[in-house]
Amino acid sequence: MARKLNLRIWRGNSVDGGLQNITVDANEGEVVLDVIHRVQAEQMNDLAVRWNCKAGKCGSCSMEINGKPRLACMTQVASFEEDETITLTPLRAFPVIKDLVTDVSFNYKKAMEIPAYEAPANLKPGEARMQQVDVERSQEFRKCIECFLCQDTCHVIRDHEENKKSFAGPRFFIRIAELDMHPLDTLRNRKQKAQEEHGLGMCNITKCCTEVCPEHIRITDNAIIPMKERVVDVKYDPARWLGSKIRKRDGIL
Amino acid sequence: MATGVFSSGRAKISERTLRTDRWWLQPAFTVLVLFSFIVYATFRAFENAHYFVEPLISPFYSPCLSTGCVTGSSLLGQPLGVYHIFGMMISPSLFILIFPLGFRLTCYYYRKAYYRSFWFSPPACAVAEPHSKYTGETRAPLIMQNAHRWFFYAGCVFNVILTVDAILAFRNEHNQWGHMSVGTLVLLANATFLWLYSASCHTCRHTIGGRLRNFSAHPIRYKLWTYVSILNHKHQNFAWVSLFGVALADLYVRQVSAGSITNLYFF
Repeated sequence: MARKLNLRIWRGNSVDGGLQNITVDANEGEVVLDVIHRVQAEQMNDLAVRWNCKAGKCGSCSMEINGKPRLACMTQVASFEEDETITLTPLRAFPVIKDLVTDVSFNYKKAMEIPAYEAPANLKPGEARMQQVDVERSQEFRKCIECFLCQDTCHVIRDHEENKKSFAGPRFFIRIAELDMHPLDTLRNRKQKAQEEHGLGMCNITKCCTEVCPEHIRITDNAIIPMKERVVDVKYDPARWLGSKIRKRDGIL
Repeated sequence: MATGVFSSGRAKISERTLRTDRWWLQPAFTVLVLFSFIVYATFRAFENAHYFVEPLISPFYSPCLSTGCVTGSSLLGQPLGVYHIFGMMISPSLFILIFPLGFRLTCYYYRKAYYRSFWFSPPACAVAEPHSKYTGETRAPLIMQNAHRWFFYAGCVFNVILTVDAILAFRNEHNQWGHMSVGTLVLLANATFLWLYSASCHTCRHTIGGRLRNFSAHPIRYKLWTYVSILNHKHQNFAWVSLFGVALADLYVRQVSAGSITNLYFF
């Protein structure tokens, strides 16, 4: 059954802009992205919105819906009250390009700063083997669709533009954790780099990244906190440091 | 200069948040509960009375290490003397509370709770914080959060002591074994909640097996890690339950010791 939906859509560019009210039809079973497309087709032909798969797997339609970072394609219209006005804005942690589209290139720059996997020198391509239990651990992190909702909600950069230089953000902490937990990765200073170059110490565990993740990756519990504990092993725990020097335990530090 | 969500180049929106839900409810509740606990714990730590009645001892005063402790309350002896500040005797509780307090202060869950609720950093997800600068846990004093594992180790020692206290509560007021009272259940529940809180701790998870790169090479530690991970999912719940448990156990012992209520014996 169709219903009338009241929307407030942010329209503008990096210089100026504002919220515009609009009423649009919405059909049963539709998601917010469907409604945006109807607005585009019928009332605002030049409305800019980034989208692709409409299945919650490409991470393109990230925006803020009633102030919460969400995927427009995974937000059911039926989840809102009949008389509720739905506010749609671009991600507020990144520069806006036009309307609901933001410039997320910050994330690609940060991705390039993470050192890649380094295979053991004695293994040729195709020879690497891993046990299932070791694969499973990092498999959770591989679910990331790079929607950057976690980056958007992280107050370290959302509320402090100046921190963007020194803080990689939760999306890249799971990348670092995935590599640091990889049994075959031979790069041994990821923990130090995470703390000193990627700003792991700036995270104060507020778990907002976990709350907004559409893939339900337990970013804080399974990646950030384990990485913080690993950093403590090498930087703030003299007993662990001494033990590693005496016993030369490879595979731990 | 405008920063954060008001930075140049970002969408021009004057509101600090556009959230329409009651995002303030959780931080408000956290402040209410934690502040109430802090007030009660401070009062009890300084009260220096009504913390022991055979065979029960308050978790706020165990182990009681000062020569000023009530007779019979010192499980580990009395290596510390009686000290005064401004003419007031320092409560024996103050010698030991730093350890459980430090454990909770540096706990990853409580960090989330008080950073959000007390420091508004941020008050809730996607709600702009009021601070103009932010350095996180990279410098003093917050870099001390990295000492969590040391407080975890100390917390485990306290858990052992409080478990012994609960076992000692299987006696009657004449120190005869084979009895059980409501106080026994209270101390047992308190010790159980504290063990669950410690066992579900992120540092425990890391120590048990989280620090390994290669689970397949350490099957026993991997198995233990999976068990701790299950508990770790509920760490927040255990943090709250154990906090209430400590306060209620102390309150019970206080009321029995003060004679307000009678410690009912089952047998």
